[in-house]
Order: sequence, then structure tokens, then C-alpha cells
Amino acid sequence: MAEVEDAKPLVKVRDLKMYFPIHAGLFRTHVGDIKAVDGVSFDILPGETLGLVGESGCGKSTVGRSVLRLYDVTGGTVEINGFEIAHVHRDSLRSKRPMMQMIFQDPQASLNPRMTVASIIGEPLDEHMKLSPDERLARIYELMDWVGLNREFAKRYPHEFSGGQRQRIGIARALALNPKFIVCDEPIAALDVSIQAQVVNLLEELQERLDLTYLFISHDLSMVRHIADRVAVMYLGRIVEVASREALFADPLHPYTQALLSAVPEPDPESERHRKPIVLQGDVPSPSNPPKGCNFSTRCPKVMDICRQIEPAVRDFGEGRQVACHLYSESMQTTAEPTAGDITNQ
Amino acid sequence: MTDTPLEPVAKDTSARSQWWDVWDQFKTHKGALFGAAVFLFIVLSVTLGPLLWPIEPTFIDIRARNSGPSLAHPFGTDQLGRDILARMMAGGQVSIAVGLTAMAISVLLGTLIGVVSGFFRRLDGALMGLTDLFLALPLLPLLLVMVMLFRESLSRSFGPETGTFILIVSAIGITSWMQTARIVRGEVLALKEREFVLAARSIGTPSRRMILRHILPNVLSPIMVSATLGIATAIITESALSFLGLGFPPDFPTWGRLLFDAVDYLQQYPERVFWPGLAISLTVLSVNYIGDGLRDALDPRIRGR
Repeated sequence: MAEVEDAKPLVKVRDLKMYFPIHAGLFRTHVGDIKAVDGVSFDILPGETLGLVGESGCGKSTVGRSVLRLYDVTGGTVEINGFEIAHVHRDSLRSKRPMMQMIFQDPQASLNPRMTVASIIGEPLDEHMKLSPDERLARIYELMDWVGLNREFAKRYPHEFSGGQRQRIGIARALALNPKFIVCDEPIAALDVSIQAQVVNLLEELQERLDLTYLFISHDLSMVRHIADRVAVMYLGRIVEVASREALFADPLHPYTQALLSAVPEPDPESERHRKPIVLQGDVPSPSNPPKGCNFSTRCPKVMDICRQIEPAVRDFGEGRQVACHLYSESMQTTAEPTAGDITNQ
Repeated sequence: MTDTPLEPVAKDTSARSQWWDVWDQFKTHKGALFGAAVFLFIVLSVTLGPLLWPIEPTFIDIRARNSGPSLAHPFGTDQLGRDILARMMAGGQVSIAVGLTAMAISVLLGTLIGVVSGFFRRLDGALMGLTDLFLALPLLPLLLVMVMLFRESLSRSFGPETGTFILIVSAIGITSWMQTARIVRGEVLALKEREFVLAARSIGTPSRRMILRHILPNVLSPIMVSATLGIATAIITESALSFLGLGFPPDFPTWGRLLFDAVDYLQQYPERVFWPGLAISLTVLSVNYIGDGLRDALDPRIRGR
């Protein structure tokens, strides 16, 4: 990671906010917002895989969808390959669609049950390329070869396939327009374990061959550890920690990351016996009414008074490591006050 | 099982159009086949029958009035001595034409309004309000008012028969689309949140093609069901209008008019009510079965099972 540190990021997300309005009462007045994503910033370098982890409902999928402008974002900017995506008009967005694609969580729901495999994979081609029927079919066959689907399946319907095969159809569709950036929204969560490995290996193989950049959303930490170069940890609409895979798994800094990682079972029975998982108390607060100060303050085992008052700023630890926690902002101030580079003091 | 190679089967299907699969599945549905046969028989007999049957539906043979079934008049004659078989065939043409056209209008309107209000959130409130408004209107009085208001002017511009046909068909069409619209809207709302619609959006498919390619094929089943039910309702509504004497001119036979005329003689000649009643019921039933079979045949998940 260190050698590509200076490379220009392919995806640049700054202060992304996605609020879903709540309407209530007789006149459906706007009474509040569900803050699904509340000020998220990250970069993804070309050819890199950023893993995005967090528990259910923390806003992972919403980040993925907002980055591709499948939702109209509330605030912030998203820049992909130098193009502003978040606020551009829909018509000019259409020509940018080919460079960014998405692989969905549920391979059953993400394929139209009334279209054949060939027409599903061919849909992006119809929309963005002018191909003769023969060229189109040749391209569809090429894509099916890439993802390991038998060409004979082209005329079949999605319900005739297994989950893993359906996910391959979804991957072929995402690859059809030669994208640079693919959001993988829990692509393996709905598959069983043996198929998960196949699909993840396929994704890695394709990344190498086609020079793809992934935003890999998952709640499966071991899978993220396998595929991601860097990992971002989300809690209740905010990123609490971003670090390279090695650094994060070896030495998690944020208390939430520590708790999350301590929940992963060890393969070695000896060390598993000594593993002491940090059990968090209570439930995740409602994203429509997040706590004052740090979002994690209601469940944090190391909570301090300041956490309940002031939202922690994101501190940069160098080498792409960022943590948003008062534990570290304070130690930075006391131990390294003169030299501390306040780069992202937001 | 193990020594059967998969490839030849798959090769074979790639050359076939999917409409053959639809037909294959339709053939397996016994009720649909039977319904199609009955419907075809009714349509053929009302269209070709008058060419073969020598007696005009309006020919009055006053000496043979009120006669029962005989070789000369298989269904008997009415109170003016008109041949009931000839009148049944002529009436069938009108009734089936009214049923099909009114159904087409109501399904088109209902699907359009349902899809638009389900897909575009901004229009939802207004269009569903309109639907509720139409649902709340008392339909029969409304139909009567429409007939009263427009019959004269339409008759003048298109002639009495075509004028009344247009009037009745559009009156039935625009007062019966609400059920379809509501069902379609509900389905579209559910479909819109499915991931394949999101996938299409991430590809950049514009709304128009999204509706045609992803939404409409998936709401085909409820549309099909309401279409087949719509034919039945349209024929029956037309019968009701004719029955009330507000449909076609009195000497112009339709199944509903025949029923209306026969009711006066229910005590003496009950079989006269029987024939138009039977024809209406058989048409409605057969169309329902055809719709049932078509719906199954058009769904790839059911097909080939």
C-alpha cells in the first residue's frame, strides 16, 4: 500500500450524507430524518479493494448505493475518475454510468425473472453501446466465459440457476460495460460457504485481469480480511476507523473495531480458548435520533464524559489510517502536541 | 440419468423462439385449451353463422310467433316471429365486440394510470385520488347520464349503431379501469424496490425503458386476470344497459337486449332467457380459463414445470 500512497484516488467521497425523511401526522409533515449515512469520507485508489464493514443497519449498503447515485444524496460530494457524481444532472450522469457498476446482495432479486440470461447480460450493452446482433452475442458469450458460465445457458431464465450461478450472471452484467469501479454490496452474503469462496476468488481474478477497483461491502470480517487492501469500519452512519488490512486486524484502535474483531472466532482451538470477546451492552441507537456527541458513546466500554458532549474528529495517523475517537485525539494532544499534524480537523 | 448428455437439449432450445415455449405450456393447461376451443366456437359461430343461416335477424314472420324449437327455427321464435338463432348470432357479434373493446380500453387506462402512479411518486397522490373518486361514483346512474347526454350527438355523427357502440364501449371502459389501476399500482410499488430495478438504474436505463422492460412484464399476471374479468364485466354491463333499454336501439339485437325482451315472457317461454344467458356465461367462463392459461404460460417460473 505504501508505494501507491501518492497515486490519485479513483473514488473520492467527501462528507457524504444520505438522510431519508420521516413524514408523519395528518398533513404528512416532515418531522425528522433517518440519518442512514451522516458525513462519510474516504478515498479508493485505482486497483484497490476497500472493504466496508459494520453491523446490520449501520448504513453500509446506503453508502454503496449513494456513491453510485442510486439515491439522490442529501449532501457531500462523490468524485469518480475525476467526475462529480453526487449532484450532476441525471442526463449527463447516464454517460458516466458505464464506468461504475454494482453487484448486488441477493442474486435472486437482482435478476429480472422474466428475462433470459442473454438479455440480462445484454441490457447494459443495449443501453450504452451500438452493437450489431452478432457482436452483441459475441460479447455476451465472452462475458459468460469470464465469469465461468456455460454458453448453453444463455437462453435460460434466472430461476433455473443456483445461487452461485445467479451471482455470476450479476457479475457478468456488471462487467459488460468495462467499468473501472464496482460496488460489491454484500455479494456473498446470500450464498453458502463453499460458493462464497468461488465467487470471491472469481472477483479477485477479475480484478487482476481487468484492473478493477472494488468497494467491497460486507459484514463477514474473515472475507474482508481475505479480499480487501484497506478496511473502513462503519457504525451508525459514520466511519469510525479506516486502516490498511494488516494494521486494522493486528492493532484495532477504535473501541468499536476492537469489539467487532474480538467477535471473530479463532481457527486455532488453543487461542480460541483464551479469546475474550468484548460484549457490547445495549442496542444500536436509532439512526433517526442518534446520541449527542460520539454515536458509539451509548455502548462504548471506554466511554468518557467528553464522548457524550462532543463529536470526535477524524484523526489521521499516517499511512492511510484514520480514527474518529476521543481516546486518540486526547493522547495526541498530550504526547505529541507540537508535531501533531491536524490534517483533517473537521 | 448419468449418461444423458446435456448439450443437445440446450442447443435445441437456443434456436426456438420463446413463444413456442409459451404455446407448449399453454397446451398443458386443460382448462385453457377447453376455454380456447369454446371461445373460438362462439366467435366463429357468431361471425360465420349469419352467412350460413338464411333467416335475417330482423325478419318478422308474424304467423310463426312464439313458436318453440323446430327444424325451421332451432331456438324458436320471439313474440314478433323473429328467428331467435339468427338474433343470437347477430347479438353475439355486438356483445363480443363490446366486451373486447371495452376491456381493451379499461385495461389500457388502468395499466397506464397504475404504472404511472406507482412508478412516479409525484403523480401518485393525484392519480390515486382520481381513482378513488371514480370508485366512489355510483356507476350505473353515471352510465345512464352519459348515455342520455351523448347518445344523440354520437348517433348523428356516426349513425345510430356505430354511435351507440362507441358510446357504450367508452362508457364501460372509463368506468371500469379503477380495479386494474389499483392492482397494478400495488404491484409496481413492490417491484420498484426489487434489486433488479435498482440494477437497471445503475446501468442508466431511462424510466421509459425501465417500465417497458422490467415493470410491465412483471405485472402481466394481474393485468391478464383483470383483463379476462373485464371482458365478463363489460358484456354484463352492456347487457344491463340494454336490459334497462338504454343501450342499442330496440330492434338491434345484443345478448343483453335478447335477455331483456325475454324477461316479459319468462312465465310462458322460459327457454328464451336460457339461450342468451347461456351464451354470456359460456363466453365469460371460457375467457377466464384462457386468461388463466395465458398467465401461467407467460411466467417463465411456471413454464416447463
